Amino acid sequence: MELPEAERLIVELVAQMRPAITPDTALVGIHTGGVWLAERLHAELGLEAPLGSIDVAFYRDDLDSRGLHAKARRSEIPFDVEGRPVVIVDDVLYTGRTTRAALNELFDYGRPARVDLAVLVDRGGRELPIEARYCAHRLERPLPPNRNLQLDRGDDGLFSLRLIEAK
Amino acid sequence: MAKNPQLNANGELKHLLSIEGLPRDIISAILDTAEPFTEVAEREVKKLPLLRGKSVFNLFFENSTRTRTTFEIAAKRLSADVINLNVSTSSTNKGETLLDTVDNLVAMQADMFVVRHASSGAPYLIAQHLESTNRPNVHVVNAGDGRHAHPTQGLLDMYTIRHFKRDFTQLTVAIIGDILHSRVARSQIHALTTLGVPEVRAIGPKTLLPTDVERLGVRVFHDMREGLKGVDVVMMLRLQNERMTGSLLPSPQEYFKFFGLTEEKLALAKPDAIVLHPGPMNRGVEIDSAVADGVQAVILPQVTFGIAVRMAVMSMLARG
Repeated sequence: MELPEAERLIVELVAQMRPAITPDTALVGIHTGGVWLAERLHAELGLEAPLGSIDVAFYRDDLDSRGLHAKARRSEIPFDVEGRPVVIVDDVLYTGRTTRAALNELFDYGRPARVDLAVLVDRGGRELPIEARYCAHRLERPLPPNRNLQLDRGDDGLFSLRLIEAK
Repeated sequence: MAKNPQLNANGELKHLLSIEGLPRDIISAILDTAEPFTEVAEREVKKLPLLRGKSVFNLFFENSTRTRTTFEIAAKRLSADVINLNVSTSSTNKGETLLDTVDNLVAMQADMFVVRHASSGAPYLIAQHLESTNRPNVHVVNAGDGRHAHPTQGLLDMYTIRHFKRDFTQLTVAIIGDILHSRVARSQIHALTTLGVPEVRAIGPKTLLPTDVERLGVRVFHDMREGLKGVDVVMMLRLQNERMTGSLLPSPQEYFKFFGLTEEKLALAKPDAIVLHPGPMNRGVEIDSAVADGVQAVILPQVTFGIAVRMAVMSMLARG
């Protein structure tokens, strides 16, 4: 399968977001790829609110079956969530469960004015009623469950996408 | 029961009974897991859904308001339902055995027991009983048993040391006071040596040091000034009042003179040495107020970190 160029998708994503962004909009990246992407979007869009990050490890819905094994990072929400427009940023949208977990976590910090979702790639396979308002690319056919789409960041800071075997 | 009753077949933590016998990677995993939990206290909603729907029973056969409270806060921040049982004042007075109490609570769908008991080994006995009656999804945390162990205290002390000093393999650590009767000291010594601290010192009067303490891998000092020279971490122990009445110690005043931590004695340690104390403190007996309230004391951070460490332990146990 031909994968799109990540750098080109970022240009597209910025173009989609720019008209809708207000001065007080805050971005929250989901670890790890979403945080990288949010850092780039934050710079390109010239946003003022500091960048937030969320690790959804503590909000996952599969704790009983998978345990708490991944090393969780601390979530950082360095702005007042109350009444603010927030965009959750992730590299790939799949089942929607990660987004659901991030929403739950975000609301433990306060009540945002609205929450949107920005992703680089929608790979299909949703299991929850969640859609991205900003999405740079939709795969024509959903990826099979045994494949993962992963965002990489090179030493030069440039992004690329690659397909790997799902664990 | 398996060789290490604390681990399941996959080598994951199933019960926390003592630091002795815990592999280094498990101890490190607990400290790593605790790190992001420290941030929960800064949120508007101080809760994570990890133990939602689970019932945690605080089973305290011996009073300890502070330890019980920190376990209760930790479980509640993980969204568990917490039931506090002060067993010293309930059914055991009517003659019920420890294991009958446990069986009754399991019948009430307990998922986890946090156990404090005056007898060494009581949490082991409960864990063993749960194994032999085939209830692998019920977990036990030792919150202090007799003179044996107090693993979460040892772990929160390690978290505190790592927070302020980073690298265990470069440290000299002194543990001072009543090591003979202290379950905290045993947990600390096992944790420090497992994490690779090259020099652990035990400082105290001969009457309060176990005769075989050197076998645990520590250097013994009876002169506090000698033992404090050049240390990075000073871990004070509480002198229990009940020890005062026997023949082990002359008087609190005399003890303070030789083994109380004063600014003058602390000056012998490294200038950036930190001072820990598990609480509750006896000011003027084992520690001077000037030190307890001084810039080198990290006694209140210990309490805060203790909640995160207990959250880490409970969420690691609750899997599966």
